[in-house]
Amino acid sequence: MTALQVRDLTVRHHGPHGPVTAVDGVSLEIPPGTTLGLVGESGSGKSSLAHALVGLTPVHGGRVLLDGREVRVRTVGDRRRLGRLVQIVLQDPDSALDPRMTVRQTLVEAATVFHRLDRPARAARVTGLLELVGLDPGLADRLPRQLSGGQRQRVAVARALAVGPELLIADEITSALDVSVQAAVLNTIRDLQRRLGLSMLFIGHNLPAVCHVSDTVAVMRDGRIVETAPTEALLRSPRHPYTRALLDSVPRLPPGRS
Amino acid sequence: MPLPRRYLRSPMAWITAVMLASLLALALAAPLLWGAAADRPNPSAVLQGPSTAHPFGTDNLGRDVLARVLTATRPSLLLALAATLLGATGGILLGAATAVVGRRARRLLAGLINLLLAFPALLVAMFLAVVFGAGTAGAVLALAVAGIPGFARLAQTLAAAVAGTDHLAAARVLGLRRHRLLWRHVLPNIAEPLLLATTTAAGTALVALAGLSFLGLGVQPPAYDWGQLLNQGLDRIFADPLPALAPGLAVLYAALTFQLLGEVLAGRVARRTPAPRTPAPPPAPSERAEDGLVLQVEDLSVELPTPEGVIRPVCGVDLSLRPGEIVGLVGESGSGKSLTALAIADLLPEQARITRRTLRLLGADLATMTPRQRDRDLATGLAMVFQNPASALNPSLRISTQLTEAVRAHRGMSRTEALTQASDALRQVALPPTVLRARPHQLSGGQRQRVMIAAGLMMRPGLIIADEPTTALDVTVQRQITQLLSGIRRDSGAAILFISHDIALVGEFCDRVLVMYAGTIVESLPADRLATGARHPYTHALVASVPDLGADRDRPLPTVPGAPPDPLAPAPGCPFEPRCPRRRDRCAEQAPPLGDLDAEQRVACWNPVPVEVLAS
Amino acid sequence: MSVPRLLRHPWTVFLGRRAARLLLSLGVVLTASFAMIRLIPGDPVRAALGVDAAPALVAARRHQLGLDAPFLAQYRHYLDGLVHGDLGTSLVTGTPVAELVRTRLPATLEIAGLAFLVTLAVALPGGLLAAVRTRDGRRPRSELAFTMVTAGLAGVPDFVLAAGLTALLAVGLQLLPVAGAAGAESFVLPVLALALAPTAVLLRIVRVEALKVLGEDYLRTSRSKRLSPARRYLRHAAPNTATAALTVAGSLLPAMIAGTVLVEKVFAWPGIGSALAQSVVSQDYPVVQAMVLILGTTVLLAGLLVDVLLAVLDPRSTIRES
Repeated sequence: MTALQVRDLTVRHHGPHGPVTAVDGVSLEIPPGTTLGLVGESGSGKSSLAHALVGLTPVHGGRVLLDGREVRVRTVGDRRRLGRLVQIVLQDPDSALDPRMTVRQTLVEAATVFHRLDRPARAARVTGLLELVGLDPGLADRLPRQLSGGQRQRVAVARALAVGPELLIADEITSALDVSVQAAVLNTIRDLQRRLGLSMLFIGHNLPAVCHVSDTVAVMRDGRIVETAPTEALLRSPRHPYTRALLDSVPRLPPGRS
Repeated sequence: MPLPRRYLRSPMAWITAVMLASLLALALAAPLLWGAAADRPNPSAVLQGPSTAHPFGTDNLGRDVLARVLTATRPSLLLALAATLLGATGGILLGAATAVVGRRARRLLAGLINLLLAFPALLVAMFLAVVFGAGTAGAVLALAVAGIPGFARLAQTLAAAVAGTDHLAAARVLGLRRHRLLWRHVLPNIAEPLLLATTTAAGTALVALAGLSFLGLGVQPPAYDWGQLLNQGLDRIFADPLPALAPGLAVLYAALTFQLLGEVLAGRVARRTPAPRTPAPPPAPSERAEDGLVLQVEDLSVELPTPEGVIRPVCGVDLSLRPGEIVGLVGESGSGKSLTALAIADLLPEQARITRRTLRLLGADLATMTPRQRDRDLATGLAMVFQNPASALNPSLRISTQLTEAVRAHRGMSRTEALTQASDALRQVALPPTVLRARPHQLSGGQRQRVMIAAGLMMRPGLIIADEPTTALDVTVQRQITQLLSGIRRDSGAAILFISHDIALVGEFCDRVLVMYAGTIVESLPADRLATGARHPYTHALVASVPDLGADRDRPLPTVPGAPPDPLAPAPGCPFEPRCPRRRDRCAEQAPPLGDLDAEQRVACWNPVPVEVLAS
Repeated sequence: MSVPRLLRHPWTVFLGRRAARLLLSLGVVLTASFAMIRLIPGDPVRAALGVDAAPALVAARRHQLGLDAPFLAQYRHYLDGLVHGDLGTSLVTGTPVAELVRTRLPATLEIAGLAFLVTLAVALPGGLLAAVRTRDGRRPRSELAFTMVTAGLAGVPDFVLAAGLTALLAVGLQLLPVAGAAGAESFVLPVLALALAPTAVLLRIVRVEALKVLGEDYLRTSRSKRLSPARRYLRHAAPNTATAALTVAGSLLPAMIAGTVLVEKVFAWPGIGSALAQSVVSQDYPVVQAMVLILGTTVLLAGLLVDVLLAVLDPRSTIRES
């Protein structure tokens, strides 16, 4: 169980007209074993925030604390210490996996980063990981191009779980998937979070999908968090006008006549 | 690189193989066969012209030029290969390293590569050959160093593409060490194009080495290669062109071999998709026109040739729209919804084969028209709005041009008239007339989509087909665009075919909904029946799998197990049968037709969801 | 416009960066050309004058070249000379190298520039036409022929072509002058030799770029508007192809300038290149040094010219990516 605290985090990118502030003094908190949903539209800075948390993007200000200890990503050693605790799954199912490695190779590589495993232990670990994310262990020797988009995202989740992290960041992992596939992946994520007691940061632009898996939801706009509230409260009584606008924009099926 | 079988049928691949084999054979055998003749001076036959004994004459020591040219194959090839391999190794390591080192080191390396690239390789090689001292080793080393920046840039570009992928980011977060990232994840994924580049570079190195020797900077006498022989031949070219021509031809032959080898390896010599050979059947006249339909489509099918075989992504689609009606066409990726729209608008690529029983736009039969007439009818009767407004507008033309060009071409309108109408059209989509002077990159995504809609309105069309017009936009902008389309329908009476993957959006915004699965329409129903009155098991499942803000979050979302059928292996029967919870024996054998349930709803299912289940 | 805004203006940033890069590259050229003589194994003066040269003469020449001074002083002296237009003196003829450059540079620029223009004039429309005719997998035979012919032509080395042309056209058929620069006809062969391979390369690239543009969504939009083919290809496709094509063409120019060295040697063209080739053979290092400096600088300035031209034509992409 790991708690994440982010205080006044600022991330800047180099733009064509000088630096652009993508994340502007964001503070948020994920208590151990809970899921924080982060929702926002394109360009709101939510992906920059996720990348900064795992050291893929440099941070320009603020602090990130894991269980009260400051996170550093300067050296490979720092990154490895962070990688044991925090893992990320990204958006694009097409590039999520190395196209030249089988599912087994991908998972074994991840599982042996921090632990030595002998041959039988590796096979067992691969089977266990695939079953964990709801995949047939028979898929282990396939290449990514022989898998569907939803299956690839599940393998990516399994790879992230292979190191046994305590915090999982899911950055738009269902955005490129069809609705029926998205539903299955959302179910898996929710199930995993409960079964493994993971802390989770679930990022997306689709409000219903984010709300479905989150205990608390933070709404981000132009690099700032405009509202954070428990999911039920946010849905029932949104306080910020932008949250209300987002909620109103969600398409809803008209109630039936029959 | 595995060589696909199609190479066996490519004459160019065979020619290249023969040329390469001949070069290799010469390099191996020529010094053994003609080496002695090439080195034997003959004072009595100095600087002779062509004769039967010496087809290309003799040189200043009376040695046979032909024998020397053939014998020089080995050193010329070997030295070029050595220089290429050295340069490639250095360059690739330098370039690929940019993907795994830290930010600052990456910028430094990139700057260095940029700096070196500013100088042409030949000039660098000449400079270095002078510095290293004229001679074989100096020339090879010079060429290797001169080749480094080119390889480094290529490797850098390729590695940057890998570095941007999610799997490399994931590998970094896993804490893999740099050398492992480089060897395991970066290099294997860029090896193929680099191998290809090495082939071409070997040809370039061969030519450059010949050039250095030609200048007197390469191989020094008594050793010789083609470049040096060419240099010697050039001195007497006016008396005797052949001694210069022979080594020249040898360089040319080798250069062409490597060039063609590159083409063959890149797969550019074998034809990929064979164009369908059978001519399209002459279009039959459409069935009788039904009164008052804006669009009448019956039994529309599309066949597309792909590298793996011919697929039928659209099979037997019927649809019709009345004036002022908004119809949603909904389906998941690969269901054929966009291809249906493109087929109606006659925008499919040439290889696609379209068949239909009826295709009428505003009552006119598109099938029997001349292409010219059809263009006019489609241009004036139908407007298309595409998915990605960022790429659907031409980046280099002003909005004014893009709005007015169609009316000027088809209605013969003057520039001023057209501009006035364009301002009106912009006002209809709530944009100021100043937008006319802008270029697309100065507008936001939502503004661009409004411009696309305005461009459609310029023609006052009877039908607007909007193909996923909001998918690339944010959800708050999506609402504005659908409201805009509703307003246009109200004001102009145009019918709208709205294509989307989002069943909730379609249900909210459209009058009637067509659900598409694997190229067929499986259900047609009024939008307000979607939530509780869908009868096809697929529609039912699709509706259920949408996360609902009001739903109980502790219950898992209903899902559809399995995957859509492989378009390359169509099975008889209902395409949804393998995934269907309500399948019967009949479903696997016979595809259900789209049959009327009542006046407003049609479903293609042998065993539709009963109403009582829906009600509960 | 206020001063800070002017400083942040994309054009200012672009030109500033580009100028900095040019200065850095020029520094490399200067240093390299200076270091060249000092790096050559053995004594360059003795190498040029021969082993039998009188020691006094060798010492005098060494002093004349400044080779007996301390290293940094030599460098300062070298730069000082350059600023005053002094490029050194030929070891062989004793004439100032600056004089040689003044008389020979125009001839080189003429054939390189002309060859570049010919390449553009043929490859831009040719590549677009090839793309239009073979789009969507049409005319697969023509496409294959185009690919193979351009691949073959791109592989023809310029100096080999030059020698071949000399042998065939001039000696055999006596049609065109084969050596020296005299009259318009004398340009034909050198320009042809320099331009053939780059034209073939550019033809292929323009076709690929044009095919990419033809597959863009906005070309489908123009088809949905049922515009005439001429308007679709010339107004919608061509401008978007040009930028990418010119970028590649720009990268071909330095190689073309370097190619003059070999081609001028074959045709005895009175330019910088043939002077370099000659002085390399006669080991006349001050001339080699100056010619490397001049050719290197020419290449850099040509690169700058192309970049600025591209930025003017398509400010959006070029300035952003710089």
